[in-house]
Amino acid sequence: MAGWLSIKLAANTLSPTLDMAQRRIQEDERYETEDRPKWDNKVQYLLTCVGFAVGLGNVWRFPYLCQIYGGGAFLIPYLIALVFEGLPLLYLELAIGQSLRQGSIGVWNSISPYLGGVGVASMAVSFLVGLFYNTILAWVLWYFFNSFQDPLPWSQCPLNENLTDYVEECVRGTAANYYWYRVTLNITPDISSSGSLQWWLVLSLALAWSIVYICFIRGIETVGKAVYVTATFPYLVLTIFLVRALTLPGAIDGLEYLFTPDVSWGVLLNPQVWLDAATQIFFSLSLAFGGLIAFASYNPRKNNCERDALLVGCINSATSLYASIPIFAILGFKATTNFNNCITSNVLKLTNEFDIAEKNITADNYDMWLKTLNTSHPDRINSLELRECNLKSVSGTGLAFIVFTEAVIEMPASQVWAVLFFIMLFSLGLSSMFGNLEGVLTPLFDLHMVPSWVPKELFTGIICMVSFLVALIFTMGSGNYWLEIFNSYVGSVPLLIIAFFEITSVVVFYGMKRFSEDIEFMTGHRPGLFWHLCWMGVSPLMLLVVLVAYVVVQVQVQPQYPTWNPSYVSTLFPEAEVKPYPDWVFAICVMLSAVPVVPIPLVALYHLIRRLTHPDESVQHPANLCSVVSEIRMRVTAQRSQQVIIDMTDRSIVI
Amino acid sequence: MWVWIVCLLTAAPALAEPLCSKEVCDNYGYKVRISIKTALGDKAYEWNESEMFLFRATVAFAMRRYTSDETYNVSDIVVCNKTARVSFWFLVTSPANTAQLVPRGQVEAAVRLSRNRINSAFLLTDQTLQFVGILPTLAPPISYDTPPWLIVFGVVMGVVCAGIITLLLSTLLKRTRSKKNLLETEEEEDRRGSITANGRLCESLREKDPGRGHPDDVHLSKL
Repeated sequence: MAGWLSIKLAANTLSPTLDMAQRRIQEDERYETEDRPKWDNKVQYLLTCVGFAVGLGNVWRFPYLCQIYGGGAFLIPYLIALVFEGLPLLYLELAIGQSLRQGSIGVWNSISPYLGGVGVASMAVSFLVGLFYNTILAWVLWYFFNSFQDPLPWSQCPLNENLTDYVEECVRGTAANYYWYRVTLNITPDISSSGSLQWWLVLSLALAWSIVYICFIRGIETVGKAVYVTATFPYLVLTIFLVRALTLPGAIDGLEYLFTPDVSWGVLLNPQVWLDAATQIFFSLSLAFGGLIAFASYNPRKNNCERDALLVGCINSATSLYASIPIFAILGFKATTNFNNCITSNVLKLTNEFDIAEKNITADNYDMWLKTLNTSHPDRINSLELRECNLKSVSGTGLAFIVFTEAVIEMPASQVWAVLFFIMLFSLGLSSMFGNLEGVLTPLFDLHMVPSWVPKELFTGIICMVSFLVALIFTMGSGNYWLEIFNSYVGSVPLLIIAFFEITSVVVFYGMKRFSEDIEFMTGHRPGLFWHLCWMGVSPLMLLVVLVAYVVVQVQVQPQYPTWNPSYVSTLFPEAEVKPYPDWVFAICVMLSAVPVVPIPLVALYHLIRRLTHPDESVQHPANLCSVVSEIRMRVTAQRSQQVIIDMTDRSIVI
Repeated sequence: MWVWIVCLLTAAPALAEPLCSKEVCDNYGYKVRISIKTALGDKAYEWNESEMFLFRATVAFAMRRYTSDETYNVSDIVVCNKTARVSFWFLVTSPANTAQLVPRGQVEAAVRLSRNRINSAFLLTDQTLQFVGILPTLAPPISYDTPPWLIVFGVVMGVVCAGIITLLLSTLLKRTRSKKNLLETEEEEDRRGSITANGRLCESLREKDPGRGHPDDVHLSKL
């Protein structure tokens, strides 16, 4: 009783907005105890965050970067970027989500209404990225369905009409290339010709969105269960592939190629390496999407988010390294078989041309024979068009759908490996999709933008349906080109800008002092000097430098894109013909980068205008409200047990 | 006169020589390449005159099969330009007139018709017994009535749809059940409200549900 009175007295001495604070505490308390979803246990939360961070990029972008920058040397800028940029931002997002208990829009609104635009930008980027990311999953599903055949459909070229020879487009490229570009995508020669909707891709896309919907149907209740499988299965498959890949011939060569530094430490002086390392860490950890903030907001207040951040960040990088080993072992195997095939075909050409006895020329003495024959009959050698045999490095969809599928054909029991590989890709992508969709749904639910008569399931279904319909763009003939555009322009600069605003808002508007107090309440100790230094200086600076450098590099490069054009007259047909973007497409690219970021100044401007036109409306600076609320909240929870007894006694008197 | 006959007779074989000249071979002949070691590995046999005889016999068989009336013999198949690669050119002369050569088109059609038989006579394939210029008839790819991928897709889609419907129904049932519970508890509260107004009802309620009375008693005593 006395305690309650003391609170009342203390409250009365503060500003009159306190009634509002009290009402808000009660509302929030009720919301927290009844309405806000919770994780079943800590493991679910960690697995979801790890699953969100570990995605397709860990498998097909990191090994590629490692290899083009010569293995060991790339790890240094990568680890530096992780420690000074990735981990501080990750810690910040998890802490702010956990303390303010809201999705991305709500969190930034709470710090300052002028910053609400940051949350809107996060939501927009999450939505746009979710569109094309799920299309990649649709492609993975298509390949998965087609892996249940013998022989695998991408191992042979189809025949032409008179059954005399294979289709020319297939012969000039390779069977896997043909299967990817013609059978799967049915790609048009350039982005201006849209082609039609490819029905098989529409079906796969519908299934992909249905699977996402079923996992999201009850919010994190179902996501938390789905993530037990989707976040752990890839590790199982990677281990199986590791064991299998290391036993293949040529695997060791691939690993040597990956890990031997290229021109040793001169690589570190190349600014492009640092830029790639910083952007890779940033996009790999899925920062600035708002998904991590949403996941952290379902945590109980008292949870060690510092340990969570370190855990998630390190697991993400470790997974990248772990995944690159089987990838490169398999690439080495593929290169060896390619090399052997190349040499065999050259040997055959020489044998046939000069009518040398069979098996006189072998892979070993091929060079010697070539030299002798070249000196005696150079013109005939030239007319043979002998192929150059070497290892090429690829990344992205090229790695998964062309190089890897070719490699899988050469392994015994190809169907099993293909099925395993595509299921692994699908679970990697699905757990990342959870974060994307969460970044869209949670802010909308938190701001009560959904009318209460619309059940959660229905709204989730509507969002999935809308996303599916918009993503039908990517199932057209030119879909792959549009996907590349979305990938380069939406999934890059806007995220860097949002992250920069995130970190400056917390440091400048929320205040490091308040933030440290929140963290002390949640984890039990204040953040150390390292974190302070990073948040206040190193990370924003690094982000700014990376952002500026990225924009400068992009602006200098002519916007071009590689196309698959069968009527490309040059003898280099399988190689992509590079074309510049038409003007209208380039305008769309610029819009895709700008539109998600535009809410940031717009919302600030809107609130500024409102304040100027309604000067009598007392603009409570919610930052103060927050501290008052959190203080009172702390005391109320301490006094709550006493209050319950008092309530019951009040009632019993009435009876 | 006899001299002329003798000259003709001696010249006859000489006349046969130009058959293997480049122009004749290009117009009427086909080049054959045989890769026994590639096809058979350890079990490879050696290519000798007997094998060549078999080859000429099989080509003669192919011509007979194709024309189905003209009786070709081994002597009608002429082989030239043998190399160590095991490659050579061959020409087909008409059985009626050895000077007349069978046109290329007919030879190609005949070989195409009996390609299988020729290959199996030598335990080789289209690629290892190569007739340069005669394209092998490729085996058509396996075609299915229903593509297998549609079957897998149907199964997965069916499972997912069933799952969605099940979850939605269970959520709906849970909601209606909780709404019913809520209505019941509201009714009870209304009843309790009327009880507090009327002390007699309160006592009767306590009798009916003795368990409920306890907590109130305890708190009363604390106070």
